[in-house]
Amino acid sequence: MEAFLHMGGYARFVWPAYGLAVVIFGWNIWAARKLEREALERARRRLATTRPGESGDAAR
Amino acid sequence: MGTWTWFHKLASPPHFYRIAGKMIPWYAIPAALLIATGLYGGLVLAPPDYQQGDAYRIIYLHVPSAWLGLLCYTTMATAAAVGLIWRIKLAHALAAATAPIGASFTLLALATGSLWGRPMWGTWWTWDARLTSELILLFLYFGYMALRSAFDDLTRADRASAVLALVGVVNVPIVHYSVTWWNSLHQGSTVIRSGGPAMPPSMLVPLLLSALGFTFLYAALACVRVRGEVLIRERNASWLQELASGR
Repeated sequence: MEAFLHMGGYARFVWPAYGLAVVIFGWNIWAARKLEREALERARRRLATTRPGESGDAAR
Repeated sequence: MGTWTWFHKLASPPHFYRIAGKMIPWYAIPAALLIATGLYGGLVLAPPDYQQGDAYRIIYLHVPSAWLGLLCYTTMATAAAVGLIWRIKLAHALAAATAPIGASFTLLALATGSLWGRPMWGTWWTWDARLTSELILLFLYFGYMALRSAFDDLTRADRASAVLALVGVVNVPIVHYSVTWWNSLHQGSTVIRSGGPAMPPSMLVPLLLSALGFTFLYAALACVRVRGEVLIRERNASWLQELASGR
């Protein structure tokens, strides 16, 4: 296990790379879900002030 | 159902929105499994490189993220072209959804490359053809996103940014062929080369699994983002009303 973490002396290059990848994965998941959630919220708010079938432009 | 009927059905925003939602787990679950298997294989099972020792294990992130950076740009530019030519809002939605994903993975490719370059080349950065064209790729993504946010009107943002995406697409083959065209510090192609991959299967298989996993991850993320982008573009309230009250 210690040898694995040591990465043949390259630990300070290999592990930051993998750490950064985790950050990039996490950010992508968080940001994508945030975009979808906020778009749905905005659509709801817009619809709350317009009738169905009517263009939502008035609520902008 | 004829091809065109099918196409028109898919191109209708409510249908597209639903399909994209249904597809998310079908992309996300394989992505998680493939990335986990690929990185485990790369970090634990693959032998150390006879020249680069364990430092080469950065490859399992570096190559898939660089691949995704180029795939995302090509997808974005193609979608932008479709949006411009046929005035399809969904295509612009896909282009807009793809840009931040591509930018983040291009950033990861540059950062992991730098972390690999330091022990192997003795430098974090050099202005060589591959590194410079990859940095330009990142700036093209940033430019695309900055240009979009400069417009209040979404239709104008879509059109203007689509033109930028198309102009920048010339950089994609430059990134790919830079190691062949110019004398580069960056090593040449290892996987896609004449005579087959220059790696034993124990090193290559985890790399391919990881690259496939990153591709599935893009598809899952794009599905989530494109749903948001469709909602932003839909002004017609009839199907949105149903959706908003349904949840």
